[in-house]
Amino acid sequence: MQFWRGLDELDGVAAPPVAAATTPLAFARRDFIKLMAAPLALAAGGCGRVPLEKIVPYRDGPAQDGYGKPVFYASAIARDGYGCGVLVETNMGRPTKIEGNPSHPASLGATDIFAQAAVLELWDPDRANTHARQGAIDTWSRFAGELQSRLRESHDGSGLRILTETVTSPTLHDQLRALLARYPGARWHQWQPVNRDNVHAGGVLAFGEAVEPRYRFADARVIVALDADIVGSMPGCVRYAREIADARRSERASQMSRIYAAEGSPSLTGALADHRLVVRTGDVAALAQRLADRLLAHGAGQAAAAPPDAASSWIDAVAADLAQHRGASVVVAGDRQPPAVHALVHAINHALGNDATTVMVAAPVAFAADSHFESLRTLAADIGAGRVAALLVLGGNPAYNAPRDFDFDAALRKLRWSAHVATYNDETSAACTWHVAAAHALESWGDIRAFDGSVTIQQPCIAPLYDGKSAHEVLSVLLDGNPQPGYGITRAYWQRAHGDGGDFEKFWQNALWQGIVDDGAAARAVARAAAPRAAASPMPVARRSDDVELLLAPDPTLGDGRHANNAWLQELPKPLTTLTWDNAALVSPAFAAWRGLDNEDVVELRIGDNAVRAPVWILPGHADNAVTLHLGFGRTRAGSVGNGVGVDAYRLFDSATRGLVASVGVTKVGGKHRLAAAQSHARMEGRDLARMIGKDDAARCESTGCAPAHANDPKASLYPAFPYDGYKWGMSIDQGSCIGCAACTIACQAENNIPVVGRDEVLLGREMHWIRVDRYYTGSRDAPRTLFQPVPCMQCEHAPCEVVCPVEASVHDAEGLNVQVYNRCVGTRFCSNNCPYKVRRFNWIAYTRSAPSLDAQRNPQVTVRMRGVMEKCSYCIQRIERARIDADRGNRRIADGDVVTACQAVCPTQAIVFGDLNDPRSQVVARKASPLDYTLLAELNTRPRTSYLPKVLNASAELADDEGAAGAEPRGRS
Amino acid sequence: MTDEAALAATPVLLGRYTDASITDRIADIVLARPVHWGWIAAAMVSGALTLLFVVAISYLFAKGVGIWGNNQPVAWAFAITNFVWWVGIGHAGTFISAFLLLLRQRWRTSINRFAEAMTIFAVAMAGLMPILHLGRPWFFYWLIPYPNIMNLWPQWRSPLMWDIFAIGTYIIVSLLFWYMGLIADLATLRDRARKRWQQVAYGLAALGWRGDARHWARFDSAYLLMAGLATPLVISVHSVVSLDFAIGNTPGWHSTIFPPYFVAGALFSGFAMALTLAIPMRRIFRLKAFITARHLDNMAKLMLVCCLIVTYSYATEIFMAYYSADRYEIAMTVNRMQGPYAPVYWSVVLCNVIVPQALWSANVRASTVSLFVIAIVVNIGMWLERFMIIVSSLNRDFLPSSWHVYAPTFWDLATLAGSIGTFALLFLLFVRVLPAISIAEMRKLARDKEAARA
Repeated sequence: MQFWRGLDELDGVAAPPVAAATTPLAFARRDFIKLMAAPLALAAGGCGRVPLEKIVPYRDGPAQDGYGKPVFYASAIARDGYGCGVLVETNMGRPTKIEGNPSHPASLGATDIFAQAAVLELWDPDRANTHARQGAIDTWSRFAGELQSRLRESHDGSGLRILTETVTSPTLHDQLRALLARYPGARWHQWQPVNRDNVHAGGVLAFGEAVEPRYRFADARVIVALDADIVGSMPGCVRYAREIADARRSERASQMSRIYAAEGSPSLTGALADHRLVVRTGDVAALAQRLADRLLAHGAGQAAAAPPDAASSWIDAVAADLAQHRGASVVVAGDRQPPAVHALVHAINHALGNDATTVMVAAPVAFAADSHFESLRTLAADIGAGRVAALLVLGGNPAYNAPRDFDFDAALRKLRWSAHVATYNDETSAACTWHVAAAHALESWGDIRAFDGSVTIQQPCIAPLYDGKSAHEVLSVLLDGNPQPGYGITRAYWQRAHGDGGDFEKFWQNALWQGIVDDGAAARAVARAAAPRAAASPMPVARRSDDVELLLAPDPTLGDGRHANNAWLQELPKPLTTLTWDNAALVSPAFAAWRGLDNEDVVELRIGDNAVRAPVWILPGHADNAVTLHLGFGRTRAGSVGNGVGVDAYRLFDSATRGLVASVGVTKVGGKHRLAAAQSHARMEGRDLARMIGKDDAARCESTGCAPAHANDPKASLYPAFPYDGYKWGMSIDQGSCIGCAACTIACQAENNIPVVGRDEVLLGREMHWIRVDRYYTGSRDAPRTLFQPVPCMQCEHAPCEVVCPVEASVHDAEGLNVQVYNRCVGTRFCSNNCPYKVRRFNWIAYTRSAPSLDAQRNPQVTVRMRGVMEKCSYCIQRIERARIDADRGNRRIADGDVVTACQAVCPTQAIVFGDLNDPRSQVVARKASPLDYTLLAELNTRPRTSYLPKVLNASAELADDEGAAGAEPRGRS
Repeated sequence: MTDEAALAATPVLLGRYTDASITDRIADIVLARPVHWGWIAAAMVSGALTLLFVVAISYLFAKGVGIWGNNQPVAWAFAITNFVWWVGIGHAGTFISAFLLLLRQRWRTSINRFAEAMTIFAVAMAGLMPILHLGRPWFFYWLIPYPNIMNLWPQWRSPLMWDIFAIGTYIIVSLLFWYMGLIADLATLRDRARKRWQQVAYGLAALGWRGDARHWARFDSAYLLMAGLATPLVISVHSVVSLDFAIGNTPGWHSTIFPPYFVAGALFSGFAMALTLAIPMRRIFRLKAFITARHLDNMAKLMLVCCLIVTYSYATEIFMAYYSADRYEIAMTVNRMQGPYAPVYWSVVLCNVIVPQALWSANVRASTVSLFVIAIVVNIGMWLERFMIIVSSLNRDFLPSSWHVYAPTFWDLATLAGSIGTFALLFLLFVRVLPAISIAEMRKLARDKEAARA
């Protein structure tokens, strides 16, 4: 028997002789002192305190007595470079949930889906947890040394290039500016696939300089969106959605604004619009021109010459409506529309007198509004010409998402020295010499501008999990010679910016405390008086009408692909398609019929020599002769979640077409790829589910009163009513406000520890979301109306689930909640069968993945469910209990607004209201008092506590006839 | 052409027998006769399926019910279908042994024993299914009302709770009834066994039965009482099982016709299974003299009656959907006929309504081959009927947004096949270990026949 002490010995490597270790160490006194001198000195040095970087809880954050209570810190989360103010909920030092910051202009208390999901990215086990040089683990100090030696190779920094994404951070911009000033040979490039090149260039056309318009939808009575996703993806969309919703509430229906949208690829704004015109994305420019012809001074004659077509009546109606609402209307061009369209829209808005009333034309929020495409093109060319010695890539993933014609991955690999600073060791990291693990936004100091230029200081809510470094710290290696902490850099910048006047400490505390820098609006809207120059016509698009257009757009849930490893976002049903875990070639029903395509058929999309194969998904309301394919999929180094999901649309993305390809070959190649859609049936089958009423009907109820829709709902019951003498919880959901963004779904997932199940399980129909957004179509399949209906648990008063549970795991509590007792549940699933709303979710297998970092993300106030247990929406009972404890300590009742459910908090449009039905002054009682209030499937006499307000449609009298015309019902997969 | 009257007049016992020769014929199957190749082949197949059942259950317990195809709208599928089907099959045994005993139907004598065994094995399979189907099967006992430290009782309003009682009572009474009937025969086996271990085993099981007159007097009254107890269970068990669905609000479930509809369906499948077992058994063990064409004919006729009741129920369901003018009921009915499970629906109509009409013909009833085929078809049809009721109602209920199609996985099929195999293996073992026909009752029958002749 031979024992081996280690793998070395087993492998035959000679082990050190054992005797050496057992020989007693004999030290002379002097030797001992000599040897110990250094450790003692170090120990003494180590007694110094770690520099204090104080973070400040949000406003009414708890005092220090709140051990075990969550603490909120104001910060900001970026979406495509634009910040949205958030409050980060930390539980015992762990960031677990993101809420919107009510004081922040881009948030108003709500967030989008990406901010909600950011917390999962912080805790993602696949995040880069080490720095690496050529794939091997290496240290930060080695990196800093190498970076400096690169810099020293030339006296003026020539050969050094820095590539960033959109920079809206004043501190980062200040660092870059200082760097470029000190090393004039160095260059700063920018690349981000979702950029505002067209907006800026449109400003140049119109005003001679790059501008970025901001809008006041609250003051607009008529809104025209030309391929502009105002509420879904435009910078500021969370705020814009709120402004629009506030202007369209059913209780003030007579005052509501009207939305027109023209677009080719269905968006949330199109779904919200009262009149949606289906035109191909590439044809929007011509449409804008026709609209401009009608509205601008000398255009009337030309318009008459144009032959009438499907768009004519739409343009007539829009032009008339706009003309009637001068100064109270707004026309918005989408980011992907060419600069000429933006210039035209500037001219239209100016002509309509909307300047400074609904449209603020201001300097761009992003620093250096140069074209991203041109910037990256220059960099690629310089690399090719050997002019780049060292490249520092701060964030982004150009190896994956650069235009194909730049061949940027190969260019990176050609470089002698390059470094990529990112939270994931991704495609770009693999192509670079160095990968520097970046700190997540929730781990590092920084600052960021919102869509309107207001700045938030980003506070770290936790120390970096993996020695991550922020871009500021990396740049400080170049600027200061040795790395500075991000705290010092950010604070120093603001100290300088603040100047000597006033108390900086107070300014700083205030900025952290409320999550917004009170800088006297220096960076905010500067309205321009100058009239736009005479707008040039958009370039006519040279193409035959039977060419098939291809639109490559950022994915609604993955963005440009940066969120590919976020399982919450992967599994979040995409608004409109409800697809999860895949992208698809979206086509119109008519196009599918012409080409003999069915859902899930694989097609080849070919542009010249480049082709990708993608499954087809038929999307009612899509433009004919056009295909939409979302970017952000087909990642190869995203991580264990995102690798190999979907097809990589960047293979068709080049700098010439910029994602809008005039002609693409579409061929069916045979075979099917199953797509995991969360909703397989799109028709209401004539059932009274999601209601829609006209503005006039709603307005009648507002003034004279009308018969309540819910008058006859409660039917007789054998059981006496339960007297709720304490609290009585209830919820109201306004479908008129709901834009279908699905933020509620993901907020609920974060709040309630809802597991992710994966593509195969979604295909089986086992997604776990407690609140889903049902999407129904009415009208014709080519131009349908879209209705969104968020469906949480109805918390029925006569809950069918309760009586059938043999073990009383589903019970009613004394405040009206329908409670699910997880540790009593044995999993008969009868409750789910008996739930007419199908809101119950079952843990078919053990879904909750346990990893140390994922465990740390979970909400400690919500049980993590094991396999075999039923779960469902609890009205965020943990939040009710938290409010109850606070109220009890103050010896008072829980006040209206003390309990805000996760879905309610995140909703950009405040479509969801929750509260105590026994409190006559509560908002939810006011909502439910509306005569339009109704409950879902009232005929079953389940008496839901969750009720709905209908969608109110402000249809134009001129267009009323040709919309909603009876036709074939849109087809969904069934 | 088989004459209808002649078929009905076939005696229930062919030939002349003494007590001893009857005992020989039946007890030899257990004690003396060498193993038939057919038995070995059947045992190997069913043994393999039993192994598959064990594997399927082990994997199920290790992984969870997610190995099946169930999903959100279709939270119940194969396991509950199997459950209802097996419970239904169990019915014929009790019906034959208890119901027909009370009605003094002499022809039941030679088939009641194996029909009761069939009942017990079928109910055993049925009882397993809801437990396997639980998300956390190790807590199945929480459904049983027992005093506990949590001071928690089950939810009495839940039909699943009623199931526990219905099935529990049924299996206890069936087992007792079967065992009581066996005691006299066990004593016979004890007396005739040559091997020591058989003598001991049968002796212990026979509970000291000596066959004296007082034993018989008590036995007869007790047996009749048990039959009286068991008879209402034939009605109650499947009525309660049907309430699992009828209490639910799902369109396609929420219907007052369910209890009689389910009982008729249960007997239908029960007689089909009894025929499925009897036909090969009488051939392999040469029992054609004991289980005669008369028995098969009677069972076939009962099957036909059940078929007509079931057909009437189908028609009523359709009519009520129309007559109620309930949007959801109508949609459910249309979905059954035209939706993703339309093939299932039309197979049910074919198997349960159309094919059994052949039983009107005496020729068909006289042919064991055609009877066997029809029995198998009805077995399949009744399984599909339960599947139709459960799955095609659940897959499209109130909110179209939640509609989703269910498809079984390998493990769904393995569980069904495994339970059939286990049932068959148990039955095969029963035939080799216990008298498949009641010796004591057959003796009585033979004696009565001789008495009638004399």
